[in-house]
Amino acid sequence: MSQTSHTPAAGGDHPRPAGAVQGPQRRPRLAAYPSLLAMPALALLIAAMGYPLLTVTLRSFSDPAWGLQNYFWFFSTPVNVTVLWRTFSIAAWVTIVCVIAAYPYAYLMTAVGPRMRLVLILCVLVPFWVSGVVRTLAWVILLQDSGIINSVIRLLGFDGVKLIRTQTGVVIGMAQVLLPFMILPLYSVMRGIDLRLVQAARSLGARPARAFLQIYLPLSLPGVFAGAIIVFILSLGFYITPALLGGPRSTMLSTLVQSQVLSLLNWGRGGAMGVVLLVATFVLLALAAPLMRQRHKQASRS
Amino acid sequence: MSASNTRERGAAIDIKGATKRYGNFTALDDVSLHIEPGEFMTLLGPSGSGKTTTLNVVAGFTDLTSGDLAVGGKSIVALPAHKRNIGVVFQHYALFPHMTVGKNVAYPLTLRGMDKQARDRLVVRALDMVKMADFAHRYPSELSGGQQQRVALARAIVFDPPLLLMDEPLGALDKKLREWLQLEIKRIHRELGTTFVYVTHDQEEALVLSDRIAVFNQGRIEQVGTGRQLYDEPTTLFVAKFIGESTSLRGAAQTSGNETSLTIAGQKIVAGGKLAGGRKPVVLLRPEKLSLASTKTPAAAGQNSLTGEVSEAIYLGSGSKYQVTLRDGSVAIVRSSLEATPFSIGDTVDLRWSVVDAKLLADDDRADMTMT
Repeated sequence: MSQTSHTPAAGGDHPRPAGAVQGPQRRPRLAAYPSLLAMPALALLIAAMGYPLLTVTLRSFSDPAWGLQNYFWFFSTPVNVTVLWRTFSIAAWVTIVCVIAAYPYAYLMTAVGPRMRLVLILCVLVPFWVSGVVRTLAWVILLQDSGIINSVIRLLGFDGVKLIRTQTGVVIGMAQVLLPFMILPLYSVMRGIDLRLVQAARSLGARPARAFLQIYLPLSLPGVFAGAIIVFILSLGFYITPALLGGPRSTMLSTLVQSQVLSLLNWGRGGAMGVVLLVATFVLLALAAPLMRQRHKQASRS
Repeated sequence: MSASNTRERGAAIDIKGATKRYGNFTALDDVSLHIEPGEFMTLLGPSGSGKTTTLNVVAGFTDLTSGDLAVGGKSIVALPAHKRNIGVVFQHYALFPHMTVGKNVAYPLTLRGMDKQARDRLVVRALDMVKMADFAHRYPSELSGGQQQRVALARAIVFDPPLLLMDEPLGALDKKLREWLQLEIKRIHRELGTTFVYVTHDQEEALVLSDRIAVFNQGRIEQVGTGRQLYDEPTTLFVAKFIGESTSLRGAAQTSGNETSLTIAGQKIVAGGKLAGGRKPVVLLRPEKLSLASTKTPAAAGQNSLTGEVSEAIYLGSGSKYQVTLRDGSVAIVRSSLEATPFSIGDTVDLRWSVVDAKLLADDDRADMTMT
């Protein structure tokens, strides 16, 4: 037998005798328990997400008394339902604006040389490093009635537009803040698309526009979906930007939650709002899931 | 079907003075090439020699700086790629990953507005031709490399183009599969009668497949001819070294009358006729034209003889292959049949060949530089 054995004394294939004196005891290695690698993140999620979420949910059913009264209140107050609807509508608009702005930008990032690509990536990331509050305040300066945008419009001889404290202003500001979350996943998918596929389509007789629509666009859709989900979900919970750029007619749900919990100290109603938002988001994602299911594996071998 | 019948389906290609510059770099330098209808023409050369650029120019992916390009007698220089009606097979298959095999092959027909019935018939025929008919409902990612390339081939021929371009289609496949697909491509070429232009850097593949081969080097065509012509009658040292194995001998040259002779490490050999232009001569010898002999046996009339030492002896079954290091340090490759007395490493031998079997060529520094 040329087999090497860990227990030279015991020899052969016999199982190790229990309690036998061995060499240095083998420590349990990390590789044997890959799930250990997820522990720090899991602990943080349980502490910072799971526990508060549980508390909030419980309170929505128990504060001030056990029952569904907070949910009855939510759906019987027209303003809540209007704001819930508006929150989803603003999130949808932000997502649409982000897709339209990010798609050509991400494509350009795949088409240029490495130096230009670095510049383009920096253009995406530098605003990302600046706090959202600061960027939103910059939008206040730009969008206000006497701001740069309105000054230019008036200079051209048109009437000024009301941007600040409108839904349009909120969408513009939020789209700018969230744009990197759309560009980066789109870029990572587009980078994997073999451009020779477009050449192949052209050689088979496809006009450039058709080759784009039938070959490139479908292959880039996973990136569009990934970015859209991130942007949409982040939009739903946005607080600072709508608070600073919006008016009373563009209040989003997070502002209502804030006033219920912090101003009125009504944890039950605030919790119910949070749960409604969460459930509505899950339902929406479940509806969108079949759309995003890929029937093919991404072929980005090169 | 008769040969003349199928030949009509292929188009003649005329490339005239094709030049492509990228800034200071000249990728194609005044390339002219005529390809007969239905011919299998291989563009052979090392990477960066201009063969792929030529293919991209014909396909319409690259614009010419100057020159003309005609398919079937009509200039297509001004036509965009999608109007050229030329089939292209790419090295990395370029199958659309989000479409099934059937949809991939039907794509060019859909673009041409063909109705479903006629389309299905042609798709089945094309897939039958590459023996992939059972895979129509699979996605490309579920196929092996060889299967994907056969589907790509079906997609490129399904719309019956008069010209098919192939850019190193077998480059990503292993040797066995490559050899089998070479025969498949040859068969499909015979059955279709379409003009094939095939790019490769593999000289063996070029010899297996082609009617004629154009050897590219540094953006120019060195020589165009059948495999036999290129092997037996190379016009440049580059072609001689690129196609098949060879030994090149250099030495001090003397010309007397119509005869050139070389002196190599003190031994004089007759090199052949006179070289035009007074360029530095080099003698080129194919391995099977060389033989080894004991230094004691005298050379026959009309034979050259050079002394060297066997530095490698390989038994090949059908014969033996020797490397002989000559006294000037150059290495000769000799292939001999089994009857010859075996020599072993370290033996001092005479390298012999008939004067008529040697090829006298102009020396060319480029040839060594580009051989890797």
